[in-house]
Amino acid sequence: MENKVLRGKAWVFGDDIDTDLIYHNKYLAETDPKKMPQYSFEYLPGKENFAKEVKEGDFVVAGTNFGCGSSREHAVYCLKYAGVPVILAESFSRIYYRNAINNGYPVLFVKGLSQAIKDGKIKDGDDLEVDLEKGEIRDLTNGNSFHGDAVADLEMDIMKAGGLIEYLKEKAVSK
Amino acid sequence: MGKTFAEKVLGKAAGESVSAGQVVIVEPHFCMSHDNAAPIWGTFKKIGVDKVWKPDHLVFILDHAIPAPTDKHAENHKQIREVVKEQGIRYFYDVTSKGGVCHQIMCEEGFALPGLIMVGSDSHTCTYGAFGAFSTGIGRSEMAATWATGQIWFRVPESMKITVKGKFKKGVSAKDLILKIAGDIKADGADYMSIEFHGPAIEEMSLAERMTLCNMGIEIGAKNAVCPPDQKVLDFIKPIAKTDEWEAMWADDDAVYAQELNYDLGDIEPCVAKPHTVDNYASIGEVKGTPIHQAFLGSCTNARIEDLRLAADILKGKEVAVRTIVIPASWSVFRQAMKEGLIDVFLDAGCVITNPGCGPCMGNHEGILAPGETCISTANRNFKGRMGNKESNIYLASPMTVAASALKGEISDPREVL
Repeated sequence: MENKVLRGKAWVFGDDIDTDLIYHNKYLAETDPKKMPQYSFEYLPGKENFAKEVKEGDFVVAGTNFGCGSSREHAVYCLKYAGVPVILAESFSRIYYRNAINNGYPVLFVKGLSQAIKDGKIKDGDDLEVDLEKGEIRDLTNGNSFHGDAVADLEMDIMKAGGLIEYLKEKAVSK
Repeated sequence: MGKTFAEKVLGKAAGESVSAGQVVIVEPHFCMSHDNAAPIWGTFKKIGVDKVWKPDHLVFILDHAIPAPTDKHAENHKQIREVVKEQGIRYFYDVTSKGGVCHQIMCEEGFALPGLIMVGSDSHTCTYGAFGAFSTGIGRSEMAATWATGQIWFRVPESMKITVKGKFKKGVSAKDLILKIAGDIKADGADYMSIEFHGPAIEEMSLAERMTLCNMGIEIGAKNAVCPPDQKVLDFIKPIAKTDEWEAMWADDDAVYAQELNYDLGDIEPCVAKPHTVDNYASIGEVKGTPIHQAFLGSCTNARIEDLRLAADILKGKEVAVRTIVIPASWSVFRQAMKEGLIDVFLDAGCVITNPGCGPCMGNHEGILAPGETCISTANRNFKGRMGNKESNIYLASPMTVAASALKGEISDPREVL
């Protein structure tokens, strides 16, 4: 994972966005991750256009408990392969968080984000600048800034390897 | 300073004394997968290992869509049978009369055991805490990695202590308690935490009731949920345990908790979770009279013999007003229900009974809703579109509330028909 400053538009979500809203169970039989983005947020009112309109580099911005519910990894793949470089949320459900890490997919824990979303301090379509390494998030549209905490220690090692499978392969080679 | 249940179990497995916040790498015991064993196998092959680490530790149970409703599902099942053969997987529950909902099978067949670390590629794996196991759901990549290495990382969780006393009033059950807890602390109230249920009322509860509580730990964000491995647990597991490597372990009295909650069962009343979140609590009085189109008595949360008895008590000699789908949690539950005459009670009342499995719970088959329809369900999730259509509504409730509502065709208070 290189240290670079990312720029993109924000897609803003509330609290407790569950896995059926991110990726509905109707499409669970799909096994090719690259085909999953077309179903992203299909069941979430107001975000039905996400799959069609999301651009590579756009950010998903959410409140608390993002990804609660099922253990389906589809809910990570459908955003990763849509080109969303990182998910910014106040907090993640435990299984979603592990699935992201295990697929080398960056997440940032951003304190105060849930309230900021409710207060309209960060909105759909805002231009964001995100420094992944420093955890700095700037909303270029309105000048607000936020701070996100990256994952630590073992999780970071897994992320840096590109995911759990790659991490295990590296470990096997270095033994 | 004492240790919590999670600190003790993970510490024993790691071979050192551990505290919340530490990362440990441990070898889990049983690893459960259902129909998703097929895609997990696909990921496993990419790791570059030929054999799973211990074929006796893998348990495959087909339940999500059985018998296969589509050719895609049939293909998955076929592949799983091939993997079972190739890898010599010892514990496989195919589409036979030995099967049922995976979490029910894990418990009634003696896999869920005190002190074991267990993982499953399904979020409701936390159910096994009812038997004193440390069990948690993981994703598919992680399960593939566990098959290959026999190892998994855990951050030792903070713990939440929920102490329960008192007795349920008539018409109230464990489902009402866990829906109340979800309403109080919300869907993220126990994120990443280990929930420990303590207190005299938990000891009084049947294993089935404890399973309902632990099953829904994930709905409040918990990593795992657990009840004490008391005599009731030991009497149940000793004759059926699939391994003797278990050990009854429990938290110290002076363990340190991130949060403590107290409940008196006497304060709990019949309730529901309104659409579309599990923490959207409403007492029965607030929603009474809401019209329904379907009632569902099933799932890993509430389809054990104890649940069927409670529902049958209400349905006996009466007729349902809306289509009512009954799915016993396993074939052994089904048989017991037959012996007790409960299947006749359901059929006489006009219910439809389907084969044990997950059924319509996550919208696969056997009871998908139409746009604009409302279902009252004993399952664990009411997310928008969960039962197949995004314009439908799901209310979660206890078996008694579901049965009472089925009779009237609207959400009803079970206390009025008992």
